[in-house]
Amino acid sequence: MSNPLFQQHIISISDLTRAQLELIITTAEQLKHAAKHDALKNKVIASCFFEPSTRTRLSFETAIQRLGGTVIGFDSGTNTSLGKKGETLSDSIRIISSYADAVIIRHPKEGAARLASEFSSVPIINGGDGSNQHPTQTLLDLFSIYECQQRLDNLNIAFVGDLKYGRTVHSLAQALSLFNCQFQFLSPSALAMPDYILAELNERHVNFQTCNNFEEIIPQADIIYMTRVQKERFDETEYQHIAAKYILGKAQLTNPKSNMKILHPLPRVDEIDVAVDETRYAYYFEQAKNGVYAREALLSLVLNQSLVKG
Amino acid sequence: MANKLMVEAIRTGTVIDHIPSGQGIKILKQLHLIEGKQKITVGFNLPSKNFSFKDLIKVENRLFSEHEAYQLALFAPSATINVIEDYKVIDKFKMVIPDAIEGIFSCPNSNCISLTEPVKSYFSVKQTNNAIFLKCKYCEKSFNKEIVAGV
Repeated sequence: MSNPLFQQHIISISDLTRAQLELIITTAEQLKHAAKHDALKNKVIASCFFEPSTRTRLSFETAIQRLGGTVIGFDSGTNTSLGKKGETLSDSIRIISSYADAVIIRHPKEGAARLASEFSSVPIINGGDGSNQHPTQTLLDLFSIYECQQRLDNLNIAFVGDLKYGRTVHSLAQALSLFNCQFQFLSPSALAMPDYILAELNERHVNFQTCNNFEEIIPQADIIYMTRVQKERFDETEYQHIAAKYILGKAQLTNPKSNMKILHPLPRVDEIDVAVDETRYAYYFEQAKNGVYAREALLSLVLNQSLVKG
Repeated sequence: MANKLMVEAIRTGTVIDHIPSGQGIKILKQLHLIEGKQKITVGFNLPSKNFSFKDLIKVENRLFSEHEAYQLALFAPSATINVIEDYKVIDKFKMVIPDAIEGIFSCPNSNCISLTEPVKSYFSVKQTNNAIFLKCKYCEKSFNKEIVAGV
């Protein structure tokens, strides 16, 4: 199998082509159903979390261990001598990349992963850099959509909640724009999708519309991608009024398509009522589980020229 | 005499001509021209064949670097640079908006890693309609050129 991702840095979802995204998704599907695989045997992977992110770190480390690899690293920048001694990130990465076969980096500053890739002798995987990019979240979102719809083309995707600050919705919209999907946006006006994302969608001739309530989106949606409206962005009274409009409960789920699924990057607070969990439409916990398989696929492809079946 | 521009000729240096009216003051500031010791002659709102009015800057004993020409291109893409020696124009070139600008402007995003690490800033330049946007290679944020240049 030809593998264009071998020894490549994975920094931004916009760096990946449609063919590369499809390769990662089909590999994730194979690995999810494989009994055992040792694609990372004899590989040492550095997990460098300069800020805490429990689910991302644990899913990466699970993926590495399930494929027979070894993890080194740290889970908080403040616990390391790197932060305390004031070493630059570029120097840290020069050293760490000489120890490991690949480096996963999570960093509070935007652009940290791109910068790391310029100083690393091994592939850098971006585990989230500030409010910029979190490409492996998008990969697991894409894999989950593919898994529950059996395709990525020609889907109606509704994005709900905080579309302004949510990097997950930005990256997912950018990635899905390669697959002829249509988008509906439902958010408070203060948290609408940023103009630069809308400009990109227009450039790619993506069909999208802004909606006012769940009734407008539910009958036609294949996927409803929920995100959290953060309390701190509004005063208390305003928040109560706004949040009620963007909370998805069982009552809103009238007349959905039979294939419709609800996704959420998690953690949720109250934007999806727990009563929705028991419906056939809830897919967010399976989506979170898919984080391991998407990351297994990515690491396998980056570190193996060709994959041996497990 | 009535038709002559009252802007003194220079023996050696650079003349930036055909600057859109109003941009000359920005160029003086952006290129830090008035902070140096060289003699500068400026003309604002001068009559122009191409525009109704133009600005013009003459800087004695100084040739512009490639970096400065890039900055100039962002603010006055229609300007021309004339290289003067012994009162004669020995070279003349038009501004071209570059595809990328490296190592000149700092990223306006205070949380961008490029501000705290030993790397050169790098922006790709994109023109949409009449606006020019600069996208930082590191934080991937796009900014209007005026925000990046701090004018």
